[in-house]
Amino acid sequence: MKPNFKQESFRGDYSYKNSPVAVKRFPFPFSEDNYMYSVNIEPHTKGKPGSVYEFAFDIDEHYVSECMDKIITLEEDPGRYTALPHMMGAQWDFLELAMTSLANDYPDYFSLKRSGSKWSWENKPLGIVDVFTFGDKSTLPMEPFEYIGRQLQGDYVLLDQRDETLYADAGIVTSQADWSLAFNAGMSWKEWHGPVPKVTELGVLDRALKYLLNLQLGSPVRRLNWTMTINPRLDTSPENYPHWGGDRTKVNAENVADLVNLRVELQTLFRLPRSNAIVFGIRCYLMSLKDIATFPRWAKRLHRVQKTLPTDLIEYKGMTIYHPFVIDWLSQFDDGEELGFGTQPE
Amino acid sequence: MSTLNVKVAAIEQVTPLIKHFTFVNEDGSLLPAFSGGSHVVVAMEAEGRTYRNAYSLMGSPAETEAYHISVRKQENSRGGSVFMHENVTVGMSMKITQPVNLFALSKLGHKHILIAGGIGITPFMSQIEDLKMMGARFELHYAFRAYQHAAFVNELTEKCGDSLHCYADSQGDRLDLNELLSSQPLGTHVYVCGPAPMVVAVLETARTLGWPESSIHNEEFTSPPVGLPFKVQLAKSGIEVNVPGEMSMLEAIEAAGLQPEYLCRGGVCGRCELNVLENDGGIEHNDHFLSESEKASCRKIMPCVSRTKGKHLVLDL
Repeated sequence: MKPNFKQESFRGDYSYKNSPVAVKRFPFPFSEDNYMYSVNIEPHTKGKPGSVYEFAFDIDEHYVSECMDKIITLEEDPGRYTALPHMMGAQWDFLELAMTSLANDYPDYFSLKRSGSKWSWENKPLGIVDVFTFGDKSTLPMEPFEYIGRQLQGDYVLLDQRDETLYADAGIVTSQADWSLAFNAGMSWKEWHGPVPKVTELGVLDRALKYLLNLQLGSPVRRLNWTMTINPRLDTSPENYPHWGGDRTKVNAENVADLVNLRVELQTLFRLPRSNAIVFGIRCYLMSLKDIATFPRWAKRLHRVQKTLPTDLIEYKGMTIYHPFVIDWLSQFDDGEELGFGTQPE
Repeated sequence: MSTLNVKVAAIEQVTPLIKHFTFVNEDGSLLPAFSGGSHVVVAMEAEGRTYRNAYSLMGSPAETEAYHISVRKQENSRGGSVFMHENVTVGMSMKITQPVNLFALSKLGHKHILIAGGIGITPFMSQIEDLKMMGARFELHYAFRAYQHAAFVNELTEKCGDSLHCYADSQGDRLDLNELLSSQPLGTHVYVCGPAPMVVAVLETARTLGWPESSIHNEEFTSPPVGLPFKVQLAKSGIEVNVPGEMSMLEAIEAAGLQPEYLCRGGVCGRCELNVLENDGGIEHNDHFLSESEKASCRKIMPCVSRTKGKHLVLDL
């Protein structure tokens, strides 16, 4: 796919829109009529051409505008990037993974030339050209993790593995669903999952951690997570709650299909080679209910999932105020047809 | 399980019992970078069976033109190390897994005490490269039978200088663990790899002296022990597999054509864990992964190293 990069906004006038191609490749997360937490981790292997799983890092039509929105957020709050000193090895590991993947997967947009530790990097869509020495941070305009993190859609957290658990010891986080990097930095696996309802009782966390501690080099994994966001806003951080929290009270029966977006996170985890750290990628896709309903199968499925969602999950995801409007609006599409297993749009 | 196709580029007899193997990528490209303490599992296609043994990568993680492993010939083993010594030749193609690290350095350690016994020196060979790159404080304590059996002493002296301390049993040298571990600054981490009695001694000494559990690290791969032959029934696959005495259950299941998950094959990582559906109580747990209560319940088993003396074993596979 060669996307035509759009000029659009994720704040203010919210001019963000999805093209029909983008709607069709949306990673719709519900394969069944009921939703429950599970260790839904699968190998992050190459998916179908054009799908969001085609490459290690997905670049789509929103790439340039999303990177611009990230710069605004970082300028307003530099604390959205943080890295503890012992993560420098992991920073370079991640830069290498991202640059080699992008240059290999999107040769029209990115190029990387390596001659020993002398690296030349070109990012055509963002107009970036740099020559630097791999391993020498003084040769880049900023720390390597922030440098490459600003050139990727999505948020990234570097996890250090020690004491039989994972610590979130570095991150560049500007498009998060109501969690704070400043609050979570340095926390362990169990600490940052503390607020999630039900998962402890289900044993999901222990099993997922056990799996990730053994995550193998060259065998990345992925899972989907989801919530809902009012307006196509990337930065729904607790720090900026005053800018978006109140929007939830503005939803009504007339505007629900335009205002409410299904927010899907494609979460990926890669083992990093020299540091033995893990990079956790959270790539966010926003799709209005109206766009989702262009595929009746999705509208029916989404209706059934929302209708049967446990109250504590609705509360945890911050959807309580407007959730009835969502169910009402989606109900018009649901004729009760048997849908069968799978997330496909048709 | 993602694997690498490699070619044996060199074999060197380092001591009477240890051979050093050099692998390069079959297609000539660089091998993946790795971290100090990592191992690979080497697949050995012997007549009628496949051995898969884990070996620590010894080279510098910064140099990925080649991987280096050392293999000590174990006379009373199932045959993997003997195969490496007698059947592997220069130029041969082999399959190895991508590196996995179950014995990583703690990046927050203020000082690192590395204790090696015999062939247990191998994971430290790559770790000292990382420690030197990090500019970290460390000491390497290397105990062995006699200098003729001590691989890499010269290389280590060159790399570690005063940080290397050697103990030759034949000369009556003794490593006083109590003295070593009672005089370390706060924030020191200790790492041990060697024969089981040495590992136990280090763990017990450190714990007795009040070292925090998170500052004590050991690499304790178990070679699958030889035992009595037995039969195992695999419920999902609907087959019965004969496990000969000198073969592990995992190997026998693979030989029967199944491809169960695995990673370390030494009872450490937990990846090959299987649920026990039925058994008559004879399970011998040889792994370091399951908790004591899990072992006692006999509802889980690690087929890479564990066996049964019972007559009846049904697994959920």
